[in-house]
Amino acid sequence: MSQALTTAHSVVAPSPLSKRIAGAIVILYALVSMIPLAWILMTGFKTPPDSIAYPPKIVFAPSLEGYCNLFTTRTRQTQEYIQSLGPPQTICDEITRKRDMVIAGPSNYVPRFWNSLVIAFGSTFFAVSLGVLSAYAFSRFRIPLADDLLFFILSTRMMPPIAVAIPIYLMYRKLGLSDTALGMILLYTAVNVSLAVWLLKGFIDEIPREYEEAAMIDGYTRLHAFFKVVLPQAATGIAATAIFCLIFAWNEYAFAVLLTSGEAQTAPPFIPTIIGEGGMDWPAVGAGTTLFLVPLLVFTVLLRKHLLRGITFGAVRK
Amino acid sequence: MADIALRTVTKHFRSVTAIDGLTLDIADGELTVLVGPTGAGKTTALRIVAGLEKPDQGEVWIDGHNAADLEPAARDVTFVFQQYSLYPHLSVFDNLAFPLRSPARRVSEPEIRKRVEEVASLLRIAHKLANKSTQLSGGEMQRVAIGRALVRKPSVYLMDEPLSSLDAKLRGDLRVELKRIQQDLGATILYVTHDQIEAMTMANRIGVIDKGRLIQVGSPRQIYEDPVTLYVAQRFGQPQINVLPAGLLPNGALPVGAVTVGARTEHLDLRKDGGGEAVVEWVEHLGDQNHLHVRLGAHRITTLTPPDTPFKSGDRVAVGLTKPLYFDAQGLRVRSA
Repeated sequence: MSQALTTAHSVVAPSPLSKRIAGAIVILYALVSMIPLAWILMTGFKTPPDSIAYPPKIVFAPSLEGYCNLFTTRTRQTQEYIQSLGPPQTICDEITRKRDMVIAGPSNYVPRFWNSLVIAFGSTFFAVSLGVLSAYAFSRFRIPLADDLLFFILSTRMMPPIAVAIPIYLMYRKLGLSDTALGMILLYTAVNVSLAVWLLKGFIDEIPREYEEAAMIDGYTRLHAFFKVVLPQAATGIAATAIFCLIFAWNEYAFAVLLTSGEAQTAPPFIPTIIGEGGMDWPAVGAGTTLFLVPLLVFTVLLRKHLLRGITFGAVRK
Repeated sequence: MADIALRTVTKHFRSVTAIDGLTLDIADGELTVLVGPTGAGKTTALRIVAGLEKPDQGEVWIDGHNAADLEPAARDVTFVFQQYSLYPHLSVFDNLAFPLRSPARRVSEPEIRKRVEEVASLLRIAHKLANKSTQLSGGEMQRVAIGRALVRKPSVYLMDEPLSSLDAKLRGDLRVELKRIQQDLGATILYVTHDQIEAMTMANRIGVIDKGRLIQVGSPRQIYEDPVTLYVAQRFGQPQINVLPAGLLPNGALPVGAVTVGARTEHLDLRKDGGGEAVVEWVEHLGDQNHLHVRLGAHRITTLTPPDTPFKSGDRVAVGLTKPLYFDAQGLRVRSA
């Protein structure tokens, strides 16, 4: 079948020069955006004196002190006591002893990080699951007042969520949800679900009904058809939505500060509270932030294929 | 296999009447074609039989059972869509196996493989089974779509313009293939198209539908030779039937009420005649035949002649008509008393 290929962008092929200029702009922009990241990465490997040196040191002797401090709590001891101990067991022992301190125990970073993982991925899972189901319903069924309902769902995003912080704080205290992972999952799900519904409705609207209808005629129930036919084709939209939801939940700071302080505290409010002797322990903060970036990076890279692939309408002739 | 009966089926979409009192019987093993223009309600009729739409009024009977409360899955019908037919995330094999893997059927994997391979070779796509469904040509895609209907051996096949998105040659090939398969299987098929050639060549019976109403049902021959309205007469025949004022061509006594006469090309009798009233305006050479455009007073007549026609433009001709079809002012057929 001779079908003309149509492309959305300009018909004129870009010249090599314009390609090069565009490439240079993109690279420059990427480099500028990377400066804060590079700064954090570097700070994590500096010693505390290097981290506050002025002018800032670009070239410095890397140290693991920040990472050691991130994962441990330490106590100051006399030289005599330190020398009475055996040889240092780990590299962190060694680094700590040079500062006249010994490791007293693990810090709270790992449990806080774990809280972040549970709360962010949990709320993303619920927001996307609820979102895809309601988006499907809005897309396929005649729902009374559908437009008003959709607007209502959107309107929950019209004010900054923090505007309702006080009522939520009071409500959570009454319900016993303060400082619980469940409470944070519920809260982030509620904030994200409206975004998920709207994003996913767009993707599901694009999937022709004929696919499900064919499946339903072929002996599948609507629910089966939904899982077998609609979900695989909405994969791109689901991946994109999940990334958006995860980024919000992972980075959320204000509610986390307000509603979590102990058991359920997430990493964002914890990291800035890492204080060493004589003020902020910047290398530890840098190390904590660097590690905090990793899960999002991994998640995005894993879903990259879905994001780039676009919607496969190849089997559809229009 | 099964028969289908539609009883005064009516369906509205908001203020639009898609189908208006449709009554139609489709016998077991028969290929019935619904013909009509876009928006005539053909597809809605199919969707109602499939159970994808509920009729506002009327009943659908499949194999002697009232299908009113049956879900699409329970009707044992299959539907070939005009487009959007293949699942892009599945291979050709998995697309063909999809209906057999439904929870409603418990077909073992070896049996599935056997039936898929059978159908694939019937449709000559056996070498494409491992392909992704996105890596097929248009004709192959449509054959997979038809194949998906065939693997199940349902009692009724519903086909919604399955060939319309293909190019002319493929359409011709698949038309013949589909008819052959239908005869081999003895399948009951309700087939929707706006293509008169598909209707004429494939159908056991044709139903002509317009604005939601069934105008005439009959064998292709009946529909062509004995149309009940001018509309039906105009839908079939290439070039289209010539519609002229009733008395323009001398042909005996006019029936009462006749306002227009339909003259099919093969019923026009042209003779070279220096004193004839008509003039050949131009001759269209199509290769295997010629279209002859003739002016008779204020009226144009188009007719067919063999390629070695003696006529050329400017010739004066006398026009006779052997089998006139008369219609009244409303376009209804008027028969001679």
